Amino acid sequence: MKAYVSVFRLRLVNGLQYRSAALAGLATQFFWGFILIMVFEAFYSQALVTQPISLPQLITYVWLQQAFLSLIMLWFRDNELFQLITSGNIAYELCRPTGIYGFWYAKLLAQRLASAMLRCFPVILIAAFLPQPYRLSMPVDAVTALLFVITLILGLFIIISISMLIYISTFVTMSAAGSLLMFSVIGEFLAGMIIPVPLMPDWLQAIVNVLPFRLTADFPFRVYSGHISTSEALKIIPLQLLWLTVLVALGKYTMGKALRRVVVQGG
Amino acid sequence: MRLFGKYLLILFKSQMQYRTSFWLLSFGQFFIPFSVFAGLYFMFERFGQIRGWDFYEVALVFSVIHMAFALSECFARGFDMFSSLVINGEFDRLLVRPRNTVLQVLGSKFEFTRIGRLLQSVLVLAWAVSQIHMDWTFAKIVTLILMIMSGVFIFTGIFILMATMCFWTIQGLEISSIFTDGGREMAQYPLNIYQKWVTRFFTYVIPFGCVNYLPLMYILDRTEGSPVLYMLSPLAGCVFIIPCLLLWRFGVRHYRSTGS
Repeated sequence: MKAYVSVFRLRLVNGLQYRSAALAGLATQFFWGFILIMVFEAFYSQALVTQPISLPQLITYVWLQQAFLSLIMLWFRDNELFQLITSGNIAYELCRPTGIYGFWYAKLLAQRLASAMLRCFPVILIAAFLPQPYRLSMPVDAVTALLFVITLILGLFIIISISMLIYISTFVTMSAAGSLLMFSVIGEFLAGMIIPVPLMPDWLQAIVNVLPFRLTADFPFRVYSGHISTSEALKIIPLQLLWLTVLVALGKYTMGKALRRVVVQGG
Repeated sequence: MRLFGKYLLILFKSQMQYRTSFWLLSFGQFFIPFSVFAGLYFMFERFGQIRGWDFYEVALVFSVIHMAFALSECFARGFDMFSSLVINGEFDRLLVRPRNTVLQVLGSKFEFTRIGRLLQSVLVLAWAVSQIHMDWTFAKIVTLILMIMSGVFIFTGIFILMATMCFWTIQGLEISSIFTDGGREMAQYPLNIYQKWVTRFFTYVIPFGCVNYLPLMYILDRTEGSPVLYMLSPLAGCVFIIPCLLLWRFGVRHYRSTGS
């Protein structure tokens, strides 16, 4: 366990070095946030029937999306890991006295956290003081806030388990670009990154609810904005845990299989 | 121009060496805007319209912008990836050749996998055009083509501007994606749905309004006053590239090699 923690710490420090990149990213995120909100605002301005999610809730949703982008984006990837696999350096990795699954898991986790730490606080802070209607509203009570944090962390674990599966698939395909692209485009859509899940048509929501993707982003954000009530959220958290166990188990199993027949690429 | 053709051919051949990867990436490029379009479709299914624009009208704008973006990403990729040329000091090599730097940077890279994106927007365009009830006159078709061209010029202009910044910053900045990806994302809706200041900025500073709003009014017969002005407004978008090129030349003169 200690080994994983130190990997985690190293990565975190490493990621925190790139402060100006984070600043540039911040500006980008605000621009995106504004554009999205304005589009939704335009849609809502003439809506005749009440929509399943209110505009202030939606705005909160958008800002949270922007703030925690690096925690929830599927395409956030570590090229180093891909290179390890395709260049054959995986051999060194295998010599380490730690399980490779846990090792990579800690690496990915730290990377996302470092990036998110730099971005989420400024975005949230600024968005919370924007003039109405652009302001990010606060959670209604402490319980909601606590639930949000719990669900977000669980969601983070789930998304890393999913991306671990993508890395493992590289063992088989050797070229990650194609499969990764497809995976992340579909995954992001299903996570409500393109349009929020409550605004999707019913048949699509039915599909989305079965899959784990929405648990990573859509679910915590709706808990925050109060769109999903506390009691309901408590019912979904076990589902998150279930998915997490399934995904990790699957990842460990496939990784074990892939490693048994791993071909160390020369060169 | 002949040289440009040669660059095009050689890079095309080299990319075709990795055929599977090429097709996979093109396929992926087809799906990225597809998911965005699906999002658009679902939004309209729920709301019906956005400030008086219906789904097919917005789809038309969407396809024009994405087509323009795909084309300029394919051909102006050299400028998009320019920071790597500066970092490696490879730009020095271009400077000693007796040809225009713009042409050489353009020729340094093409991204043919964008054909997937292009194909997707052509399909959307065809669908939108077939569903909008109106008469297609010759002038309107010309306007539509002008819109796409103008879009290509604007995106290329932005790529050039961002590349010019590299002369000073060396590194490419993530902030540039505000104007390329952000511009694309924003311009896929008719501009008048946004707040006034956004609309103004993107009409007078970066003339996206000349691509997706003014000529659209003409195509959909919503103009007041002289239609010719609306029709020719995309040309104003083309003009955008001139200051960009001037800035580029200014930047080239200030270039200092990184020496590595």
